[in-house]
Amino acid sequence: MYDGGKIITGIIIGLVFLTFPIWYTHGTVPPRPEVKLPVKEKECVEPRPYMKTKHMQLLDLWRDSAVRVGKRSYIAFNGKKYNMSLQNTCMSKDCHAKKTEFCDECHNYTGVVPYCWDCHIEPKKEPKEKPEEKH
Amino acid sequence: MGVNRRKFLKIAGISTLGVAAKPAADALAIEWLDKKLGGFTVSETLLHMFHKPTGFKPGEALTAERWAMVVNVKNCPEGCNACREACHRVHNVPDIENPKHEIKWIWHEEYEHTFPGQQHEHIEEHLKETPFVVLCNHCFNPPCVRVCPTKATFKRKTDGIVMMDMHRCIGCRFCMAACPYGSRSFNWKDPRPFIKEQNPEFPTRTKGVVEKCNFCAERLAKGQIPACVEACQEATKKKGREPALVFGDLEDPDSEVRQLLRSHYTVRRKPELGTNPNVYYIV
Amino acid sequence: MLEKGFLGGRKYWIWMACLLLFMGAGFISWLFQFREGLGITGMSRDISWGVYIANFTFLVGVAAAAVMVVLPYYVHHYKAFGRITILAEFLGVAAVTMCLLFILVDLGNPVRALNVILHPTPNSILFWDMVVLNGYLFLNIFIGWNVLTAERKGSPPPGWLKPFIYLSIPWAISIHTVTAFLYAGLPGRHFWLTAIMAARFLSSAFAAGPAMLILFCFIVRKTTKFNPGNEQIRTLSGIVTYAMILNVFFFLLECFTAFYSNIPGHMHTIVYLFRGLHGHTGLVPWMWVSAFFAVVSLVLLIVPAARRADDVLAVACVSVFIACWIDKGVGLVIGGFIPNPLEHITEYVATVPEVLITLGVWATGFFILSFLYKIAITVKEELRA
Repeated sequence: MYDGGKIITGIIIGLVFLTFPIWYTHGTVPPRPEVKLPVKEKECVEPRPYMKTKHMQLLDLWRDSAVRVGKRSYIAFNGKKYNMSLQNTCMSKDCHAKKTEFCDECHNYTGVVPYCWDCHIEPKKEPKEKPEEKH
Repeated sequence: MGVNRRKFLKIAGISTLGVAAKPAADALAIEWLDKKLGGFTVSETLLHMFHKPTGFKPGEALTAERWAMVVNVKNCPEGCNACREACHRVHNVPDIENPKHEIKWIWHEEYEHTFPGQQHEHIEEHLKETPFVVLCNHCFNPPCVRVCPTKATFKRKTDGIVMMDMHRCIGCRFCMAACPYGSRSFNWKDPRPFIKEQNPEFPTRTKGVVEKCNFCAERLAKGQIPACVEACQEATKKKGREPALVFGDLEDPDSEVRQLLRSHYTVRRKPELGTNPNVYYIV
Repeated sequence: MLEKGFLGGRKYWIWMACLLLFMGAGFISWLFQFREGLGITGMSRDISWGVYIANFTFLVGVAAAAVMVVLPYYVHHYKAFGRITILAEFLGVAAVTMCLLFILVDLGNPVRALNVILHPTPNSILFWDMVVLNGYLFLNIFIGWNVLTAERKGSPPPGWLKPFIYLSIPWAISIHTVTAFLYAGLPGRHFWLTAIMAARFLSSAFAAGPAMLILFCFIVRKTTKFNPGNEQIRTLSGIVTYAMILNVFFFLLECFTAFYSNIPGHMHTIVYLFRGLHGHTGLVPWMWVSAFFAVVSLVLLIVPAARRADDVLAVACVSVFIACWIDKGVGLVIGGFIPNPLEHITEYVATVPEVLITLGVWATGFFILSFLYKIAITVKEELRA
């Protein structure tokens, strides 16, 4: 093998870099995220497993529906109506009023940085009452 | 309501299918299917596959075939800025002093800048001083929509409002070059530090997107008239005048805008460009 | 063949290192812009496109150099150009890459750039510009590489490449036309709203592109053992002469329409550019420099004896470059925004980070160009040896 020494050294250095996250964090597995679920409100817009895995698709459809089509009311699986609004529905007083205790928990754990909050305002002091739909 | 019923039937159908499919799948012991479902029951999976959220227009929403505005310039109280203040407060429009980075949805211009080419030196005294309210014209043939490479700005088919989808805007600013009315503003920097008091009901914008007046689409959905029109009604009432801003359906012969257009001589900004603006001025 | 780009002498590496330095400075400035937003540039609500789009517009033209060599060689069988088609094609690659980079650094949300493909919008000219620019980049890399590979083996380019070569000719015209359409279809921008825009773009492109190519031929002749050839340079200079005459002629046509019709909107920008409007004179010196170099280049190019002297030709080509860059970049793009649609006047001056990013993109273009030329010329040198 030409330049065998160099190649092997290169491979070793490469392996060290590749495995860096594993041996660097050895023994310090970060705690699993613990989200605080709303106390008052018992059910989310859709069933929990669906929300867990598909909330981004739901929000994506919400934003297209509300902004682009102008249809802002959503009928959930159980026939309940919701205003399609991240700020005014999801983050309302009785639901996920604290971004740090809900959204951030899992997003930080998985290293996901959604840019929702670049524009959408997270509830601060006094989040609004959850708006009731009128029909 | 039709939508409800249709939706109910759809969900019911899918669920029945799912309920029937689950034992079948179990019986066949198709392991890979179970793995694919990732802990969901078959009925849930099917529900999620086919149950695409489709919204509908809220019942209380104000609707029109073509929204339009009439600006009755003479009713504008002197030094009044109510429309701009209301609009910018409701929509979290930052207050940036530097005119190069300024963001404005609605503002005042002089006659000669509102209608360039129309001015002459012997013009009526009041026209020289009267501030003209300018905003997005929500053109029937919007050049900004024509040029946008991502459909981030688009005209709503239902009511003709020219909207911005801030989620999609890539910030190429082609729309700003295309708009013949200078109605569009770009976020040259993060606008948040320049918003005095945030309205928690409406988002802010991020740096790098273009924004403009949306004819209060979010308020119309809740059955409210545009913020500027509402503020104008209050402000002019105090002065004992008729409102300077009137909003309504251009396709409805009985609407207030149509009545005003019938009874007054009105002009639009740069009609020769064929954009067909939906904001009319009573000079 | 790629490895030949890495086999260079000391001077080659010093040159490449200098370019890398500029690229690095540009990249750091771009990171700053990415974090802070486009507010760090001199652009504003009224002048919403600046030096990035100006350079983009100019470089679309430079990419045209290729077609002015490819067309005579493949369509008119003008054999002499066979020696330099590869130089023209690789110049096209570098120029189009710079174009794409300039668009990218101009975006407010570069991470969303793919939205143009995810939500294709055929009614937007920018969508088509994306299509034709990327297509032209592909065509030039593909054709250039295959032609060079064939040349290295001592065989003519493969027959199946011909359709691509013929396609590249109208395609080159299309990148100019579509880029001109970005401007020429906007209502309310009088300076741009002109049917002659695409023709102006083509004429200035066929002047500036081949002018740059001539300069590169001189440099290649000086620094390497490969001689692009006297006849080739002579013919190119003839093309530059005609194109530059047309370019100036087209501009004068614009002036005639604006001033004889006496329509204020049509005159405003031209007055602003050459005399200033309401006391705003920011671009006046630039435009007179452009006019000066345009005249100089025309005199040097039109007089046959002057054009035939290499040194004079080099000066003429540099003059063409300066005149076209200012006219098409600064004057056309920035001038088009003044006065704004409400007839207010805001002026524009590029900022330091903006200039650094611009230089960084140019350095990237030259880096790619040098690398590709190194490969092409090494192949040609080996063939001669």
